[in-house]
Amino acid sequence: MTLFGVPTQALFGQLLIGLINGAFYAMLSLGLAVIFGLLNINNFAHGAQYMMGAFCAYFLLQLAGLGYWWALLLAPLVVGATGILIERTMLARLYKLDHLYGLLLTFGLALIIQGVFTNYYGSAGLPYQIPSELGGAFNLGFMFLPKYRAWVILASLIVCLATWFVIERTKLGSYLRAATENPALVQAFGVNVPRMVTLTYGFGVALAGLAGVLAAPIYTVNPQMGANMIIVVFAVVVIGGMGSILGAVLTGFGLGVIEGLTKVFYPEASNTVIFVIMVIVLILRPAGLFGRER
Amino acid sequence: MSQTVPVTAKDANRTGGPMWAIGAMAVLFALAPMVVYPVFLMKALCFALFACAFNLLIGFGGLLSFGHAMFLGTAGYVCAHAAKEWGWPPEAAILLGTAASTALGVITGLVAIRRQGIYFAMITLALAQMVYFFYLQTPFTHGEDGIQAVPRGTLLGILDLRSTLAMYYVVLAIFLAAFLLIYRTIHSPFGQVLKAIRENEPRAISLGYDVDRYKLLAFVLSAALAGLAGATKAIVFQLASLTDVYWTMSGEVVLMTLLGGMGTIFGPVVGAFVIVSLETYLAPFGQWVTVITGLIFVVCVLAFRRGIVGEIGAWWDRARR
Repeated sequence: MTLFGVPTQALFGQLLIGLINGAFYAMLSLGLAVIFGLLNINNFAHGAQYMMGAFCAYFLLQLAGLGYWWALLLAPLVVGATGILIERTMLARLYKLDHLYGLLLTFGLALIIQGVFTNYYGSAGLPYQIPSELGGAFNLGFMFLPKYRAWVILASLIVCLATWFVIERTKLGSYLRAATENPALVQAFGVNVPRMVTLTYGFGVALAGLAGVLAAPIYTVNPQMGANMIIVVFAVVVIGGMGSILGAVLTGFGLGVIEGLTKVFYPEASNTVIFVIMVIVLILRPAGLFGRER
Repeated sequence: MSQTVPVTAKDANRTGGPMWAIGAMAVLFALAPMVVYPVFLMKALCFALFACAFNLLIGFGGLLSFGHAMFLGTAGYVCAHAAKEWGWPPEAAILLGTAASTALGVITGLVAIRRQGIYFAMITLALAQMVYFFYLQTPFTHGEDGIQAVPRGTLLGILDLRSTLAMYYVVLAIFLAAFLLIYRTIHSPFGQVLKAIRENEPRAISLGYDVDRYKLLAFVLSAALAGLAGATKAIVFQLASLTDVYWTMSGEVVLMTLLGGMGTIFGPVVGAFVIVSLETYLAPFGQWVTVITGLIFVVCVLAFRRGIVGEIGAWWDRARR
């Protein structure tokens, strides 16, 4: 069976891979957007923190014998805690300066984290088993859908929607949005803004850690796994604009699918298609698809 | 628009640096091969030129490019290809490489200046990654091998560049010419407008300056000079490889400039020499170099934002008062 001259098996297979990549783009760009919104810091270490999440899952299994489900809970907490530490000891000193210093600092942190892990674990990946509950595949008739991949897409959607709900529909989220607009005023109303900033950074970083755990069984656990990812995610963020949470999620999934389709129809361009789209969006709509100029 | 670089008006005046200091630097470099290994000096000078080109953009235009490796690498590949496959003489190959990165600068500049601040950094990074993937796949770059054994040739048909010392003085001449060009640019009316844009963009717009045109011109000039560094480097080391287009190279030039002192005229030169020496001595430690590079970033941003030259300048000002 073929569709547009391509075997459907290959087409749906790549679509699925695209959706999976999109799930990670969505979660990572969501974390970046949340952090950027409140801290005005472009977190370059996001890719390294995603990698830390995957390593955390690996360590939990190897050293403590705690499996995937524990890792899903604990790794984001651990990675988030390191984020809080970074925010308190370093980032907090930079808020009065130009935003570029935040970028430079987190870039340095990314190099440190990546360098240390590469030093001990090399560039070869470490395997991480798919949890037994999610082994096997659904037979959809036209293709096999591995259960774990379906779970990743579902989990990513749940996480993204939950984040959207908390920020747009709860009291806590309203404080957050208010502090994004005018931190001084919100502080004057008695909200502890510095603590909120710290927790927001911790939350954004924890999201990256969670994405890392979800990624561990699909891609191998590898010190370099976040380095190239983060540049693509930056492009995703530029395309989507950081103004809207749902925008970040939609852009993430959409671009993942487009990348997957490019692999089917014009594989040579699959690495660059997202950057090309970024250029086109910048020419037509400089603020990004869902962004507002700030 | 907030201020990008911690330079006060006083610092900004001093960034000019008197001509005698440039002369002293020229004499110092001219004598240096007597004590220091010339190949090391050539490497450091190429990177110093690269960092000066980058500094023109961040230090005087307030634009942080995180993709400058694309200009270094493009010029390197084009120059190496022209010299090796087409048999061009070195001066023509270097000019062609520089022209290629200038053209790339025009195209990427037009896209990148549409956004400011950290978006500018992200866009340049993404564009550079796109260029990297292009070179990874296109056949003329020979992928992971790079273009090897590029002939150095004879300059203008007279000077045989296979002699290390002859090569060194050519590199020094290129470096000094570019350095003087940057110095002149900063002190020209164009440079003053750039500074005005960096300090307060809306105000510069309201004064009637076509801000985008100035930014684009600065970007293209910076790209061209970074390309000159890349092309020269390709001839010196007879190699053009993927390392020079990868994002780590873009980070490295940021680090050199930050460490030496953003917005100071000698800072990038000092920064380049420090980083190149560090990498030479720490090479046996493998990945720890990355860790140390990261640490220097963190320390510079947290405690040392003026950089080496900036701190010395500030100390000098205090001492004189």
